[in-house]
Amino acid sequence: MTMHDTFLLPLTDAVQLITPEGRRVASPAFDPWVADVTDAELLQMYDDMVIVRRIDAEATALQRQGQLGLWPPLLGQEAAQIASARALATHDFVFTSYREHGVGYVRGVTPAQVTPVWRGVAASGWNPYDVGMAAPQVIIGAQTLHAVGYALGIQNDGADAVAVAYFGDGATSEGDVNEAMVFAASFDAPVVFFCQNNQWAISEPVSLQARRAIAERAPGFGIPSLRVDGNDVLAVTAATRIALDRARSGGGPTFIEAVTYRMGPHTTADDPTRYRLDGELAEWRAKDPIARLETLLTDAGALDDDHRTAVKAKADAAAAELRAACIALRDPEPMSMFDNVYAEPNSMIDREREASRRYLAMFEGVEA
Amino acid sequence: MTTLEMPVATETLTLGKAINAGLRQALADDDKVMLLGEDIGTLGGVYRITDGLQRDFGARRVLDTPLAEAGILGTAVGLAYRGYRPVCEIQFDGFIYPAFDQIVAQVAKLHYRTQGAVRMPITVRVPFGGGIGAAEHHSESPEAYFTHTSGLRVVAVSNPQDAYTMVRQAIASDDPVLFFEPKRRYHVKGEVVLGGSLSDATPMGSARVVRPGTDVTLVVHGALVQTAVDAARAAEADGTSIEVIDLRSLSPIDYDPIVASVRKTGRLVVAHEAPGQGGIGAEICASITERCFGALRHSPVRVTGHDIPYPPSKLEKHHLPDLDRILDGVDRVLDRPNSLSGGPLA
Repeated sequence: MTMHDTFLLPLTDAVQLITPEGRRVASPAFDPWVADVTDAELLQMYDDMVIVRRIDAEATALQRQGQLGLWPPLLGQEAAQIASARALATHDFVFTSYREHGVGYVRGVTPAQVTPVWRGVAASGWNPYDVGMAAPQVIIGAQTLHAVGYALGIQNDGADAVAVAYFGDGATSEGDVNEAMVFAASFDAPVVFFCQNNQWAISEPVSLQARRAIAERAPGFGIPSLRVDGNDVLAVTAATRIALDRARSGGGPTFIEAVTYRMGPHTTADDPTRYRLDGELAEWRAKDPIARLETLLTDAGALDDDHRTAVKAKADAAAAELRAACIALRDPEPMSMFDNVYAEPNSMIDREREASRRYLAMFEGVEA
Repeated sequence: MTTLEMPVATETLTLGKAINAGLRQALADDDKVMLLGEDIGTLGGVYRITDGLQRDFGARRVLDTPLAEAGILGTAVGLAYRGYRPVCEIQFDGFIYPAFDQIVAQVAKLHYRTQGAVRMPITVRVPFGGGIGAAEHHSESPEAYFTHTSGLRVVAVSNPQDAYTMVRQAIASDDPVLFFEPKRRYHVKGEVVLGGSLSDATPMGSARVVRPGTDVTLVVHGALVQTAVDAARAAEADGTSIEVIDLRSLSPIDYDPIVASVRKTGRLVVAHEAPGQGGIGAEICASITERCFGALRHSPVRVTGHDIPYPPSKLEKHHLPDLDRILDGVDRVLDRPNSLSGGPLA
C-alpha cells in the first residue's frame, strides 16, 4: 500500500499517454485527439516547459533576494499548464488563479510583464485584451464564475470562442466554483473547467476537499468530466481538445481534472516541510513532466544535445530578461494610487487626490 | 453608450413602473444591456419591476438565473469582461450578502486592478428598506456596506422621475452602480417625463433640495424622503422651516448643497433606516463638521434605525425613523424639549 492509498487520491484512473518513464502508451479514446501532434509540436511544448520552469526559478530567487514581495511557484505543473494553453485558439479567453505562469507565457505574457504585481509596483502586468487572459485571481475560485459569464457573452455574440477557467483542487470547495458549474450547465455555456489537482491547498491535502476524485463531482452538475495525468502533455492536450471541441460545437461545458503535483511551496512564504509526507516529493519527482517528455523525444530522435543547449540558452535569456526588468522597476509615483479607481470622474477621489497632493507638497524641498 | 434620440412624453407612473420604463429604454438603446436575476423573466420579478421585458427582448437578454447571488454577480463580471452591460436584480436587500465578495472584491476592484483596461459597467438593483411588514431578511438597508467600498457608486431613488432617469444613468455609467430602490414606495405615483437624452438630465451624482427651508437642514434618501417632506410640512405649521435634501447619490456624496444649506441653517439632521453605527449619517455628520464647523449652531444629529438586527415586523414601527422621530431630531438641534432633554411631551 502506498501513501496515496491511505491519504491522497489515487492516480491510477487518470488517462495517461506518456508514462513517467517516457514511453508512449495507447488510449483508444484519446489517441485520435492527438494523432496529428507532430514531434515539432511536442518539442515546442518541451521548450515552453523548460523556459517557464527557468523563469519560475528566477522569480523564486528574486523573491529570496528581496526583489519580489512574494512568488507562487508553478514547479511541477508545467505540463498541465503548457499543454492546455497550447490547445487554445488566440480568440479564446482564460481566467486563471495566480499560479498560471505557464498559461500566461503561452498566451503571450512577457517575462517583463510578470513581476510588477509581485514586486508591488503595479496593480497589473498586462492588458487582458492583448493576450486573452484576465487579471490573475487571488480570491480562490472567483474566476470560474467570470469564465462562465464571459462564455455566456460568447454565446450571445454567436462567436466560436471558448472561455477557460483555471483553478486548483482547493477551489473546488468554494461556493463560487459550484455555482459556476450550475450556471454553465444550465446555459450550456462554452466553457472549460480546468482543475489542476496539485494535491495541496497550502497545507491541506486534497482528501480534505474531496473524498472522491474531483473529476467525479462534475457529472452531478450535468457536466462531462475527464481525469488525466496532468504531468503528461499528450494526455492534457487530448483532454483540452475534447473539451474545446465540445464547447465550440454547442456541447456546453466540460470539466478536466489534471492530476499533478506542486513540487514547491504554495508561495515563497510557505514551508511545505511542515506538512508534506516523507518520500512524497521524491515519488512525484519520478513523474516529472519535463523529464518524461525529454526521454520520449530523445528516444524518438527528435531531441539532441544541440537542441538541449539551445533551449537552455533561451531559458537563461528569458530569466535574465525577467531579472533585468524586475530590478529596473521603480516605485510608482505616489499620486498614481488614485488612478483608475473609477472609469468616470468621481468627486470623492478628486477631493482625496487633491488633499494628498497638498500634503505631499509640504515636503517638497525638505531634506529627508 | 450612445443614446438614441427619443421622443419625449409625459406619463403618470408608479415608481416601480418608472424603473420598468427605464430598463425598457436602456434595453432598446444598447444591445449590450442584459438583465440577470431570479424570477425576472416569466414572472417579471417578485415586484414585477421587469414585467414584460423578457417577452419583448427575449430570454437571452432578460435572463432568469439559478438561485445563486454570487453566481449572478460573478457571471455579470465575465459578461462585463466581454463588453456587456449587465443589470443584476437582487430579489431582496437581505439576499445580497452571498454576492458580497463578487461585488466588493471583484466588481469594485477590476477597473483598478487592470489599470483601466477592463470596465465593469454593472448595475445592481436592490429593493431595500422596511415598512412593509415583511419576513426576516426582506427589510434591510445595507447601503453602508457598499459606500465603504471604493470603486462602487451607490445611489438611492425616492420618486418615479428619478427612478426612471437614474436607472438609465446607472446602466449607462462605465462604473459599477449599486441602485437602491425604496420598495415601500414602489406604488407611489408621479409624473414622469419619458425619453430624452441623458446628457440633458441632472447628473446621477448630485443631491437635490426637494423642499427649501431656513431653520434646519434635513438630509435623507430613499423611502425617507417622503417622510422628511411630510415632517417638514408638519413643522411648518409650528413655524419651523426645514430644508429637505434628497441625497440621491450615497457614493460619492454631493456635499455642496448640504454645505450650502448648513451655512444657511446652522443645524443638521441626517435620517436613514439603516443602523446608525458606521452609517451614512455618521459619515455626513463628520464631514459637515469638518467642512463647516463654524457655521454649526448645534452638533449634527442622526435619526436612524437602531443598532439591532432588523426586528420582527410588528416592531418595525419602533425601529424605523418616522415623522415624529425625525421631528424629535429637529427639536434636538433647535434646543427644544426633546427625547433626550427628558419629561413628557408638552
